[in-house]
Amino acid sequence: MSITANAGDIDRRLLMDRSVSGRKAFTLPESDVPVQRMPDSSFLRDDVELPEVSQLEVIRYFSVLSQLNFSIDTNFYPLGSCTMKYNPKINDELANLPGLADIHPLQPDETVQGAIRLLKDLQDDLGEITGLPGVSLAPLAGAQGEYAGLLIARAYHEARDDSARTVAIVPDSAHGTNPASAAMAGLEVVTVRSDDQGNVDVENLRELANENTAVFMITIPSTLGLFEPNILEINKIVHDSGGLVYADGANLNALLGLVKLGDLGVDICHSNLHKTFSTPHGGGGPGSGPVMVTDELAKFLPKPVAMKTDAGYVMATPENSVGAINGFHGSFSIAARAYAYIKALGLEGLQSVSENAIISANYIQAKLRDKYDLAADRYCMHETVLSATKQKKRGIAGLDIAKRLLDFGIHAPTMYFPMIVDEALMVEPTESESKETLDHFIAVMRQIDDEIDSSPELILEAPHDLPVTRLDEATAARKPVLRWTAESG
Amino acid sequence: MASLVPSGNTSTNHPYIPSTDLERQEMLGVIGVDSLDGLLGDIPVEHRHPDLNLDVGLAEQELSTLFGSIAAENASSSSGHISFLGAGSYSHYIPSTVRSIMQRGEFVTAYTPYQPEAAQGTLQVGFEFQTVICQLTGMEVANAGMYDGPTAFAEACLMAARVTKRTKVGVLSSADSRLPDTLLAYSKYQGIEIVGITPDATEIPDDLACIGIQSPNFFGEIEDVERLTKLAHDNGALSVVHVNPTALGMFKAPGELDVDIVTAEGQPLGVPMAFGGPYVGLFACKKAHIRQMPGRIIGRTTDTKGRTGYALTLQTREQHIRRERATSNICTSTQLIGLMVTVYTATLGKQGIKDLANLCYQKAHYAASEIDKLNGFSVETMSAGGTFFHEFVVKCPGSPAKINAALLSNKIIGGLDISDRFENGMLVCVTETSSKADIDKFVKALSEIGASA
Amino acid sequence: MYPEDLKYSKEHEWVRLDGNIAEVGVTVFAQESLGDVVFVDLPAEGTEIEQFAKFGEIESVKAVSDLFSPVGGKIVAVNSAATDSPEVVNEEPYGTGWLIKVELSDTVQLDVLMDAATYQATLE
Repeated sequence: MSITANAGDIDRRLLMDRSVSGRKAFTLPESDVPVQRMPDSSFLRDDVELPEVSQLEVIRYFSVLSQLNFSIDTNFYPLGSCTMKYNPKINDELANLPGLADIHPLQPDETVQGAIRLLKDLQDDLGEITGLPGVSLAPLAGAQGEYAGLLIARAYHEARDDSARTVAIVPDSAHGTNPASAAMAGLEVVTVRSDDQGNVDVENLRELANENTAVFMITIPSTLGLFEPNILEINKIVHDSGGLVYADGANLNALLGLVKLGDLGVDICHSNLHKTFSTPHGGGGPGSGPVMVTDELAKFLPKPVAMKTDAGYVMATPENSVGAINGFHGSFSIAARAYAYIKALGLEGLQSVSENAIISANYIQAKLRDKYDLAADRYCMHETVLSATKQKKRGIAGLDIAKRLLDFGIHAPTMYFPMIVDEALMVEPTESESKETLDHFIAVMRQIDDEIDSSPELILEAPHDLPVTRLDEATAARKPVLRWTAESG
Repeated sequence: MASLVPSGNTSTNHPYIPSTDLERQEMLGVIGVDSLDGLLGDIPVEHRHPDLNLDVGLAEQELSTLFGSIAAENASSSSGHISFLGAGSYSHYIPSTVRSIMQRGEFVTAYTPYQPEAAQGTLQVGFEFQTVICQLTGMEVANAGMYDGPTAFAEACLMAARVTKRTKVGVLSSADSRLPDTLLAYSKYQGIEIVGITPDATEIPDDLACIGIQSPNFFGEIEDVERLTKLAHDNGALSVVHVNPTALGMFKAPGELDVDIVTAEGQPLGVPMAFGGPYVGLFACKKAHIRQMPGRIIGRTTDTKGRTGYALTLQTREQHIRRERATSNICTSTQLIGLMVTVYTATLGKQGIKDLANLCYQKAHYAASEIDKLNGFSVETMSAGGTFFHEFVVKCPGSPAKINAALLSNKIIGGLDISDRFENGMLVCVTETSSKADIDKFVKALSEIGASA
Repeated sequence: MYPEDLKYSKEHEWVRLDGNIAEVGVTVFAQESLGDVVFVDLPAEGTEIEQFAKFGEIESVKAVSDLFSPVGGKIVAVNSAATDSPEVVNEEPYGTGWLIKVELSDTVQLDVLMDAATYQATLE
């Protein structure tokens, strides 16, 4: 019998299937204290079924798995609204300094002055950038920051005995977390339409804003990558009705140094440090979603907030805080990375980030508009939303284009979002990419459009050369297999 | 007030931004505008280019110096301090394998695996993570991780409310207050009432959705999970148990006790304490409840050629599809921290996870018995006959805050002052990172401080 | 194209009448729009339902839709084949992919439903 040489075959066996009884990857020291009495055996368990492999096998297994991934370090990743920019390596190194990684969250304030000083400084910088000086770094992700923002809005109205305010107005273009967070905050979600230019329909908003409006949730720039031309009027309508304006800051990469949300009349916003501020996406987190508010609302911020007093830096609870939304102080080492990023860029650097992000997105839009419809026929901000409507008519959907891009080593753009755009493909290059990379992407997108006529099966069966081809997601949902078992492997 | 900064002419060529002036000019030409301002038409003129009070950018070397000085202002093992703090975040040795794999950019800088063909690494790791959580807890299914322990616990209680269609949640009074506090933040507008249950309760209200139990509890003691689970089930309620994963190396798995949902803080499994985060919440439950489980779930399937692959599944529970009807608003999770946990448990392996639990147990019990001998100090479980893992309550002869201040001058960070819940109480934690010499130093310092108190 | 012996609602459900028992399911259009059905959430036998009220949910990989009953009455049967093997809804939406059977409170309520030709017209 002979073995077929195939270096491309990847061994996808799980660790438990590689396990050999008696192998180990690690040794712990022996106990150096006198032997203690064990608890009654009724408290104890049998051995945990965990893998028994050597240390090299651990390293090799996870190293090989890592090579199955696309990542910013290895691929262009134009995912709209995700801001897949370069994650500077110095940030990871500095966040892992022992004096930052090995401190316990409950250490007395006087033993962690450096850490609290970092948080305070970051709060101030984020407040300066957004024009909303009240900042809490507690939320562990954008969705938590959003939720904290809504809790603040509710607390504000309750403090004024205005209990009729139970409605959140949300644009139909909003990201799914917006209505989900609103529902969690016990608010009724009312949808405001977008007009055919992708802007909030101002007249519709005027009809909807009333004495029941707690908050209006808006994404700036919008999920179509567009800046609301009527933003001042929109915010005035909401304020006149007695409601607050909450801005989803996921797209802040378009605004750094160009405009402050606070100046536009926004009352509350959140930011995603893992988007705008370069902290790593990590395959799906961890993130950090600080919430920023006006001075008037600062007393409602979730705890803790870093403050400077005469006695030094402290982690404090604002006087009417909505409370704790998670266990400790938020994602500290993520905050440390964002802090390093802001310090490395400085004022001019941050302005340059947004300027270049906007120019790059518009460049792609200009070079593809003859082949792909635009969701809105105007200059975009840091991302452009294409619609594969014309391609769909010729038999290829946005999904197929996304899969074919993978064959060229380019991660797909965000698909089918926002929901108000048909066959949406949201492209956000970020300021990290060179013009050569943008030109390559443009050339590939144009070629794929040609392939629709010349060789559509290439697209329909894409991707071809990755570790897997298209996966059967229906069976995965109908008959879920969610863990290794001895029978199934 | 807007300042007259000419835009589009920033000749800052920052290492993170490749486009040169020439390239920008070229691109603007293709776009069809003279300068960046031509693209900013929708931004109100009076608010463009605001004054920003931010520092000038630092070179990498300067950044490193800055962080060095920040780190130097913090007390930790690297400044020669020893610590006996626990209470939800724990000091454990992190193996070199974890740090090494954690630095691989393909894991660190990957996105959420919505395009599974381009993310089989992240997905297979997540599947391994789900497997490990099931193996440790003895439960049937687990998700791919939540933000942290307390939010996982909160989500578990809300899930119990959905499953039982009841609105009262019971939480054992011996739990860390962080658990009900976080639950309150998540539930205050969902018509949920939180009710305290004493650990020795023999009756509970018949409209409870669940009994939420922390075991080991806040004071370090093992609760009677089996009895409380039966009590819950007899009343049509679910049993939600929040565990310490290190303890699961020796103590009975909740899955063996018919528990419905298990949560935990995953930080002890290879994640630095890092002043509170990022951590990872562990969440596992019975298979019957899978459609109500929040968070991301990774499933195995096959591709068009019949090869094994992994993908996010049961996504219709989540916010990007259900929006306001989602089981939770969670989007970004903590995948990278889940990777650390997976590498850690693979490294420790079957024997290591057992040895580690034993080491922590031995050292903590040694410390407790030595402290209990001191004049003026007593260890609460020793007198009450309870069973503890690696944390215990010390009743001090005076204010724990004063004792801790004195300890600090000896470069010892004492246990948590819990006198708000237990008079003159200090919650002491000992893990494998404390040597016998460290423990003896701590005991000696306590004895000297106690004598002069 | 759409079976002539059935009646249709604007929420893309169909009704097949047998005496005073109405068999209910989703149309070909509905299952095509959803894609591969992965899960169907149906109520218990004996549940009383009003005409056009929500009675359950149907999920595909990427979407979830409410199911609205085209008739009112008491649910006397629930199709376990649909809950056990949801793919039958895609394969035979008018046959083995039926969802519930309702004992009608009256047959007059069927008058407001559409016939095949009218339903077809609404899709164009």
